[in-house]
Amino acid sequence: MSILDLAGANQGTVTFITGLGHRIYSDDILRTLEAVYGSDDVSVYDPPHMAQFLEQSLEFPDQHFDGALVWDTLQFLPPQILQVAVDRLHRILKPNACMLALFHAEENLEAVPAYSYRIANARSIQLTSRGGTRKAAQHFNNRNLEKLFQDFGSVKFFLTRDHLREVIVRR
Amino acid sequence: MWNRRKEEDFVPKPASVPPTQSQLSQEGIPMSTLSGRTLDSTPQQSASSRSANIGKSVTIKGQIFSREDLTIDGEVEGTVELQENRLTVGPNGKVLAGVKAREIVVFGTIHGNVETTDKIDIRKDAKLVGDIKTARIVIEDGAYFKGNIDIIKPEVVRPAAVTAPKVQPAPSVSAPASSPQVTAAAAGANDVKR
Repeated sequence: MSILDLAGANQGTVTFITGLGHRIYSDDILRTLEAVYGSDDVSVYDPPHMAQFLEQSLEFPDQHFDGALVWDTLQFLPPQILQVAVDRLHRILKPNACMLALFHAEENLEAVPAYSYRIANARSIQLTSRGGTRKAAQHFNNRNLEKLFQDFGSVKFFLTRDHLREVIVRR
Repeated sequence: MWNRRKEEDFVPKPASVPPTQSQLSQEGIPMSTLSGRTLDSTPQQSASSRSANIGKSVTIKGQIFSREDLTIDGEVEGTVELQENRLTVGPNGKVLAGVKAREIVVFGTIHGNVETTDKIDIRKDAKLVGDIKTARIVIEDGAYFKGNIDIIKPEVVRPAAVTAPKVQPAPSVSAPASSPQVTAAAAGANDVKR
């Protein structure tokens, strides 16, 4: 199987996925976003920058991946990029493929704690604080999330510790 | 007596002054960019202890094949192959190339597909954009990697097959064990095995 990981390569996740005999494609799309926009404001509608970002981060053949780990990256994408990115994820995942996304439940968007994530074992994932906070682009409730993933087959929500909402989406 | 130079004509060179680059090249003394090997190193040194170094002010475009460990701290564009050795990309190193090596340690930047037979080690602050095929991988937190990771299981080296005596098949009516044809065929099979 081929798994997409969008929150940057992590030793634990790579070891877990490859240990099962699968292939993993890693990228850090938030870093790509910063590289593409530079000092420009990401919240401003800017089609050339958007196209460049999508080309650099989510340009894959249709139905290419068997699963995706997007962790909390979607929450930091500005709304005009977010929906396009989710549509692109829908396109590059195979039917019945699962995607794991995490959304912070804090109301204060300015101070979302920065974490790095990894698969600890088959039953649990592990969060490690990177220190500091990050500004989220928007707050999501269940209704927002259902709307965001409306093209997918199913969406399941789980409220976890650390004020995180875990979302498992099936293509 | 004859052609005897006056002593004042002979000005001895101080032993501590190293020869200049032009002198070295005129005298045909081999130049080397090897940091770990001095010019007076003996040929008895084992190949594994050798290490070549491409300094940070060096730019190379083309193909590099090496039979010793290599450290790249400059810029290389093309291909790099060290099938049996280790490649280290230093903090200032920038490699825009397909890379094949036994082991790779990255402190700097690689843009290109990478293949190792043993291990790749991507250190903090390193940047690697390209697909990786390797037996083992280490990625430190803070490293940037973009691409596929394929873990290839190393081929298990089997010990040399011990030629155990073949169990003779039960003699059959059509091909008796004592038949010269059968024994010749068995001997031929053993020869092929060896």
